[in-house]
Amino acid sequence: MSRPILLKGGRVIDPSQQLDAVRDLLIVDGRVAGASDRPPDGTAVIDCAGLVVAPGLVDLHVHLREPGDEHKETIASGARAAAAGGFTSVCAMPNTRPPIDDPAAVGFVRAEGERAGFARVYPVGAVSVQLAGEEMTEIGELVAAGAIAVSDDGRPVWDSGLLRRTLEYIQTFEIPYFSHSEDLGLSAGGVMNEGPVSTSLGLRGIPAAAEDAAVARDCAIAELTGGHLHILHVSTRGAVRLIRAARERGVRVTAEVTPHHLALTDEAVRGYRTEAKMNPPLRSAADVQAVRDGLVEDVIDCIATDHAPHHYEDKEREFDDAPFGVIGLETALAVCIREMVTSGRMTLPELIDRMSCRPARIAGLAAGTLSEGSAADVMICDPEERWVCEPEKFLSLSRNTPFAGQELLGRVALTLVGGRPVFDRGGRVAAAAAEKS
Amino acid sequence: MSATVTFGKDLTGLEQLSAEQIKTILDVAEPFKEISERPIKKVPVLRGKTIVNLFYEPSTRTRVSFEFAEKRLSADTVNISATGSSVVKGENLVDTARNLEAMRIDMVVMRHGSSGAAQFLADRIPSNVINAGDGQHEHPTQALLDMLTIRDHRERIAGRKVCIVGDILHSRVARSNIYGLLKLGAEVAVCGPRTLIPHGIEDLGVQVFKRIEEAIEWADVLNVLRLQLERMKAGYIPSLREYNRFFGISMARLERAPHDILILHPGPMNRGVEIDSHVADGPHSVILQQVTNGVAVRMAVLYLLAGGQPERAELAKRERGS
Repeated sequence: MSRPILLKGGRVIDPSQQLDAVRDLLIVDGRVAGASDRPPDGTAVIDCAGLVVAPGLVDLHVHLREPGDEHKETIASGARAAAAGGFTSVCAMPNTRPPIDDPAAVGFVRAEGERAGFARVYPVGAVSVQLAGEEMTEIGELVAAGAIAVSDDGRPVWDSGLLRRTLEYIQTFEIPYFSHSEDLGLSAGGVMNEGPVSTSLGLRGIPAAAEDAAVARDCAIAELTGGHLHILHVSTRGAVRLIRAARERGVRVTAEVTPHHLALTDEAVRGYRTEAKMNPPLRSAADVQAVRDGLVEDVIDCIATDHAPHHYEDKEREFDDAPFGVIGLETALAVCIREMVTSGRMTLPELIDRMSCRPARIAGLAAGTLSEGSAADVMICDPEERWVCEPEKFLSLSRNTPFAGQELLGRVALTLVGGRPVFDRGGRVAAAAAEKS
Repeated sequence: MSATVTFGKDLTGLEQLSAEQIKTILDVAEPFKEISERPIKKVPVLRGKTIVNLFYEPSTRTRVSFEFAEKRLSADTVNISATGSSVVKGENLVDTARNLEAMRIDMVVMRHGSSGAAQFLADRIPSNVINAGDGQHEHPTQALLDMLTIRDHRERIAGRKVCIVGDILHSRVARSNIYGLLKLGAEVAVCGPRTLIPHGIEDLGVQVFKRIEEAIEWADVLNVLRLQLERMKAGYIPSLREYNRFFGISMARLERAPHDILILHPGPMNRGVEIDSHVADGPHSVILQQVTNGVAVRMAVLYLLAGGQPERAELAKRERGS
């Protein structure tokens, strides 16, 4: 059992308890202690003055590439990068090689996550065997083995009949379906957003309608079945409008947006920058405005990174041939502070809610809270610290970020999982421990 | 001609060039035209320079035109095509380029199937890179030779109405023409089936005609693009026959035009599809002169990127090889 820790004098923000106050937070036996509890002997005291103490961030959407592409990322390296970004829980998508479509594979992801001992790693199981979109996986077995949701992410479940059965079947197990909503007929051959920029660059476009059409279908099937539909990486104003309308009708639909879709437009692709190539693609300024508004107005519930590592040599090539995807775990908090808080669109507690409490609730995770007795998954950050994004310093094995060289505001200092330091930028815990002994 | 016009290392497209730079290339092409009319078609302007023609897509016309331009300026040239090279063995573009660089070359002329490939290469090697067509992005020397041909026949580009007809969506020729013509003050339109007109094309500053009759009524110049057979297979148009009926350039259509129309075509032509033979071989057509001008324009580009002074082009061509 790790030694007790007292986080002293920080601004404790816990949206799950509507708490935002300067106070001490005591952690004993890996759990948050009561406000009146006294620190036992040997407690490491960490001075948190000027820092924010908040529930560890929760990311519903990461690609950890293991098994199959360990040169891009491993479960351990991804979980470590997550910890460095303030994330204490991440949900690993099943489109690995082989895919996570049977209970043994789910168990492997869980076990590797536990063995690595950084952020908690929750497996997302495949909807269909081999992600082929044909035959449903043993979803009950996947959940029993530890899967917290199902998805064929990277691809939509294009067969509407299979999607219907999935949204019905998952209700027994009370898990969400994570939807990569894309009409493949409309997006075929596209490599970036369709619009003036794609026309001027001569690149094949993915129209916003490819997402809108799929979201409309998915919402209709969620309405038919009552299953929990969670829409991944919303990028278009049409999708925001459709999700808003579905929620107003009472459809059980939740949604997420990525930091890069909040921050960047398709102008970032100019110069054929493959580090700005992802799917769904960066959209127009009007779409960026719509997803920001959607987040503020609670149509979009939460922020998720869609952390998608790719090796340098895969991205260092012609734009058409480079793979889709950008990493995000180590920049998400700062990018979102810049886009949403510094800009005055949200308060910091509201942002933390959308990056911890809310996603935890969507996936049914016991996370995103600092209430007494809960596991001490804590993120401590300096929201005022300025730093420059230098990908070569990332803990992720990959460097494919569109934010390289940008000045960012807000930086994680310390991350605890179950009361144990899993990331400690300034060596605060070690210093505090040395003082005591 | 101004002596202050300078050029960068590369020619990747006309979007990045100024009107002055484009005019300078066209002006420098003028004296170079004459070299090709001599019995001994060679001047020592690029003597000792090594140029690689790196063609990842099949091309006869553009490759041969560049090669003549290079040889008439006395450069040493090597041709590499995608078949029969390390390209098919899976070597990536950057490695191919670096290997060539290691053999100390001066210039690369590249044709590639991916948009942005020329920029990609230009950013990574110190040699001059000339884009001979990258995916659906740009084909700058084609647009330059089109503009030189228009200028030959219509004195100036400014104020002319030029309509590009056909598969605009997949056309690098269209994009380069749009950028170049607009910079020189022309009015530009496009016409074709809506499936082959990219969304947002109006934002580039062009107007769109849905019907060829309207385009012909408006235009001074039609630049008729090749319609690839693959477009029919991919479902962009139902049939070549129908395309010809609704968008093909026929004598009957041209005769109804309110004024004399100049017909350009970048080749190779599908006679009877986008253009009828009577038009291609008739009095409106300047298609073969485009081919002749192609050599002169490419000589001008090679000369200028190699550091040649615009105002010395006339002198340079008077030198004799030894």
